[in-house]
Formats: sequence, C-alpha cells, structure tokens
Amino acid sequence: MSEILTETERRSNKSPLSGVSFDGSAPLLEVEDLEVEFHTRDGIAHAVNNVSFTLREGETLGILGESGCGKSVTAQAIMGILDTPPAKVTGGQVRYRGVDLLQLEEKTRRHIRANKIAIIFQDALSSLNPVFTVGWQLGELYRKHAGASRAQAKSKAVELLDLVGIPGAPARINSFPHQFSGGMRQRVMIAMALALEPDIIIADEPTTALDVTVQAQVMTLLSDLQREMRLGLILITHDMGVVADVADKICVMYAGHAVERADVYEIYERPAHPYTKALLESIPRVDQKGQDLTVIKGLPPALVDPPPGCSFHPRCAFARDRCTTDEPPLYEVPGNRLSACHYWEEVLES
Amino acid sequence: MSADMTETEQVTEDTGDDVVLEVRDVKKHFPLTRGIVFKRTVGHVQAVDGVTLQLERGETLGVVGESGCGKSTFGRLLMGLERPTAGSIKLLGEEMAGLDARGLRRMRRNIQIVLQDPYSSLDPRMTVGDIVGEPYDVHTDVVPKQDRRKAVQDLLDVVGLNPEHINRYPHQFSGGQRQRIGIARALALRPKILVCDEPVSALDVSVQAQVVNLLERLQDELGLSYVFIAHDLSVVRHISDRIAVMYLGKVVEIGDEMEIYEHPTHPYTQALLSAVPVPDPRLRGHRDHIVLEGDVPSPANPPSGCRFRTRCWKAEDVCAKEEPQLVVRGPSGHLSACHFAEERDVIHAIDIPTSAADDDGSGDPSPGSVAPGPTA
Repeated sequence: MSEILTETERRSNKSPLSGVSFDGSAPLLEVEDLEVEFHTRDGIAHAVNNVSFTLREGETLGILGESGCGKSVTAQAIMGILDTPPAKVTGGQVRYRGVDLLQLEEKTRRHIRANKIAIIFQDALSSLNPVFTVGWQLGELYRKHAGASRAQAKSKAVELLDLVGIPGAPARINSFPHQFSGGMRQRVMIAMALALEPDIIIADEPTTALDVTVQAQVMTLLSDLQREMRLGLILITHDMGVVADVADKICVMYAGHAVERADVYEIYERPAHPYTKALLESIPRVDQKGQDLTVIKGLPPALVDPPPGCSFHPRCAFARDRCTTDEPPLYEVPGNRLSACHYWEEVLES
Repeated sequence: MSADMTETEQVTEDTGDDVVLEVRDVKKHFPLTRGIVFKRTVGHVQAVDGVTLQLERGETLGVVGESGCGKSTFGRLLMGLERPTAGSIKLLGEEMAGLDARGLRRMRRNIQIVLQDPYSSLDPRMTVGDIVGEPYDVHTDVVPKQDRRKAVQDLLDVVGLNPEHINRYPHQFSGGQRQRIGIARALALRPKILVCDEPVSALDVSVQAQVVNLLERLQDELGLSYVFIAHDLSVVRHISDRIAVMYLGKVVEIGDEMEIYEHPTHPYTQALLSAVPVPDPRLRGHRDHIVLEGDVPSPANPPSGCRFRTRCWKAEDVCAKEEPQLVVRGPSGHLSACHFAEERDVIHAIDIPTSAADDDGSGDPSPGSVAPGPTA
C-alpha cells in the first residue's frame, strides 16, 4: 500500500482504468497456472508452480501450507508487490473480472491495489508507519486515491475505525501505531484494507502473531465484514484450525505446488492428498486427548533443488517408485476436488 | 495448598519424595523507573504475583495463558534466572530463593530449560559438540574430560540427531533439528526437571509433532518432569498431565487435564478454550464461542479484586472488592479463583449431525501391503 499516485500522476491521468474493461459476469478472481521464480545465489527457486484457483463474490478461500510453501508469494503475485528482482512471475494469469492483471501497466495495477484488491499482513506493527498517526495513514488512502480533502479524509478515518470496532475512534485517530495493542493494530490494518471498498481482501496470516482470544476477535470481525460486504476473502495461514472455522474452499500448498483443492468439509473429512492427511494427523486437537500424533518424517524440500517426481515423495507414506519419477498432475477427484497424487484413491480410502 | 503451613517440612518432605518442585506464593515484581541520573521507582510490573504449585516426578505441568500473563517469567524463576521478590521455590526439597550464585549453579543441574527460538538460543559460532558439551565446562565433575565427546554423541543420538554431526554448526540444521540440539543441551547434566518455554511454537506444523513426540519419549525413558509453558492449548492438552492457567501473574485455575479441558470453572479458562480453533469444519456454529472484550490490562496497574473482572461477563461488585482465592470450587474438585466458578463445557460441540469425535480413527490402519506405513 506504499505506492500511492503522486499528485501530478493523478491529475495527468484522471482514470487509470481507461481502456480496461472488466467483465462483471466473470469470476472475481481467477488464478491460472501461476509460476513465480526467485533468482538466488544457489540457483533458481521455483516458489510457485502451476497454481490455479478461482474466487467468487462472498467466498472465502483458505490457502494452507507451511512456511516456504509459496502461499505468501502467491498472494504477493496477485497483488503485484513481489520484489522484482529477485522474484519474477514467469507464467500464468491472474484475472480480476476477466482482465489479466499481469498484463496491465503498473499505473493501472496501482489503482487496482487498494481499490479492488487489498492485503492484510501478519505483522501490523511493521506494516504501519511508526511516525504518522493512525488517522493520518488511514486518511492518506482517501487523500491520494480518492482526492479527498484533509477534513474529509479525517472523518472517513473515524468512520473506518468505528467500523472495525475500535472504541473511542475520534480520539484514537490521533494515536500512533505503537500505542495500540496487537489486536487493535490488526484492526487498523483491516480498516486500511477496507478503506476504498475493495472486492477482494487477501489476509496473509492475519492472526498468527496474536493470542487466541484476540485471534478470535479479529477472525470474527473479518468474517462478519466479509459477509456484510460480500467480499472475496483469501485467507492464507498455516493454522488448520483457523481455516476450518471460516473458509468455504481450501487450497493446500506444498513446496510451491497446489497439492489439493477441495471444499472445506470434504478436505477435513476425507483428505485426498497424503500431505493433507498427514498434516491433519500430526496436529493435536484441543477437544481430544490421547490421540497419537503421526510424525511427518523429514523436512520440506529446498525450493532450489526439489526432489524429482512428486515433491512430497520423500516424506510420503504412500510413495512408490512411480512417485520418484513422474510428477503427479492434479487429478480430478469425485466431488469437484483436485489432488496431485497418483494414488489419491488409496489416500481417500485409508 | 494452604499457605499457613509452617516450614517444619523443610527437612523431610511430608508430601513424600514424589514432589520434585514446590513453589509457594512466589512473586516477581519488576520495578518501573523514571529519570536517567536520579532513578526513582514509579511502580512495579507484577509479572508473577503469588503462584503456588507443585510438580511431581514424571509429571508434565502445562502452564498456559496469553502473552504477558507471566508464564515465561515463571519459568525463569524456576530456573533461578530471576530472583523472586517473595515466596519460596523448593527444588528436590531444597530452597532456591536464598541461594548464592554457586548454590544456584549446583541446583541447576537438576533443572534445565529448553527455549522457544532455536535460532537465537544457539551460538552460531560454536559447533554442535561445543554447544551440547558446554554444560560440562561449568559442571566439570559430571563427565570426565576424555569421555565428553562420547557423552555428547550419546546425547545427540538420544534426541534423534546423527552423532557424526558433532562438528557441524547450528546454521547447517533446520529449525526442528536445532530444537533437538537445544533439548540435548538441556539433558546434558541429566536433570530431573525440564522447563520447556514454548518449545514448539517457532516450528513448522509438520515438524512440531516430531519434537512433541521426542519430548514424550524422553520423559518415559528418563523419568523427567516437565514444566511445559505454551500458549497453544491443543499442544498443552496433548502433552500435559496437569495444567495451570495464568492470567496477569496469577494462577486462576489449576487441575488435571480432564478437569481443565472438560470441566473448566473459571471464566477465563472457558473463554480461552472456546477461542481455540478446532480443525474440523463440521463444528462450525456448533461450538460455544465466548468472545472476550478488549485486551489484557497492564500488569503494572492490575484491576483491583479479581484481575479478570474487566473482561469478565460474570463480574459483579464483589469481584472488584474481594480477590477470589484459588480454592476448590465446583463438583470436579479442582482449584479455581472465581467467586462465581461454575462448570461449562466449552470445547465439546452441541448437537452435531454426524459423530464428530471419531474422525481420528480413519488414520491408523495403512492400506495393506502398499506403503511402509506412516509411522516412522
């Protein structure tokens, strides 16, 4: 959200969206075969490989995976905020209402960010500017993107803080980020994302740094707002519990691949990919005692040097010779699901 | 657990020698100062304010609470890394509070700590062998010098690392492996008690189970007692026999695992449990959600009476006036510090269409002859 149109840019080009025609009947967001590479000293890291998914209005998509699986990179690629170099989008499309964002000029993309697609980061303290008041930072969106006056921007900022449930909003806009608690700061981030009424919000680990009780507050707020405004929400997390509570669809990522996509109920009840299954069995549950935790042996692979064939095979309980050579495509699994495992039928039955 | 017992039991533990650690009314207040040249104390952060509990041999005591509740300070007090402001900590029957540095050092053979962040708790310039063997530099009589290398290699083997890697540096290991190094170091002096301060929260989900299972195996093999400090209530339930719930420096409820998770009586415990996400979408809308208002108050200026009253939905006038004592309340018979203690089943779903509790049964039998089986 740092890149804001300068005054001259805004004057010289009244509508950054001229020449771009959105198709209202097309899905809100379609990501197709997205590929992102990082050029590192150790070689090329394939951070995102052939990732596809669709998001519709009012829908919540959970992207689930461990650190380094490419989930945040996917989000940054959609937003167009990857550091290039070292990162580079090498293939695929990100279509917002039928328009491929990757083909647009930077000026147009900048307009789409915040206006159409907004992002919430994990660490609110480092995402907010410590030397400006929260009200100023919220108002900045209106001043720069919507051409509002200072007074207008200020009253808008108060409205927003009210909306996200910060008590005493008129006084609180004059506070600095460090004067808020972690949960309140995350609310400010949500307010900022909502400011220009986007259609899509990407929340990248929005509650990871928070305590459980505060996490519950923030997640409740986020899903209430999402329902009211019919937002498309992409929730990126490693917490199987958080997504189970709010998501409609799940996309599980492992080592840069989307390994399983399904409806949330299906995936938790009968996972069709060994990784999803192993993850579910390896986490303790608060409502159960005495279950044995199944250990996933080994470690996630290095992205610069992924194993041949299926990238999960060295850790997989179902792996056979074929898995070490043939990379599994996304097989269609009954129930409108996809699984990147040669032996998904066995996984389903087990 | 009444505080009016006298110190006569100092010599012989009347609770039997099964109690390895006894903490009585321990407090830690950090002074808040103002001024640079002329420092004056303007208040105290009451990080730990009157904690009383016991730890038995082979037992795991989970300590849970939100950040700032004093659980880590409590762990540091147990280790003797912080000196208590008041109260007594008895380790294997011996008082730790008044000991000098030498005495503490001797005591610490029996109690060791595993820290949260395996990246910052290992010196990057020391080899794994030096890190794990460093306790022997301090306690020179534990292992003769010529046997040290062997001892360190044995420790690495015990925690599931390759003993050949003794000359490697921490950066050559992954997070989970580093945590194993930290555990090996903690075990070097063959302690009776391990204080585990958030040992798995910095690890990836797929690696957490490895470390949790390792800790459980070590406990069985070595007869260790654990104080397991964590904010993740699911992990704590899995590993603990008893659980202490802390809020603003005080234990608000303590009991065995069933009592705390199935029959919580303190509103804070109930709120905490109801906020834990459960990886099962079928429970959506069927769980009892208690959403607390606001944040934890500042421990420098805690509310009068019951410290939880500012966020509590049950609070009445008496809560502001009178501090509730940690005593047995409710039919399940465990300690709870609430005037209005009442059981409430918060983690069990209410009328779920399909049976929700048995979906872990699907995992175990691996499909016949196919695979080497998921367990390693």
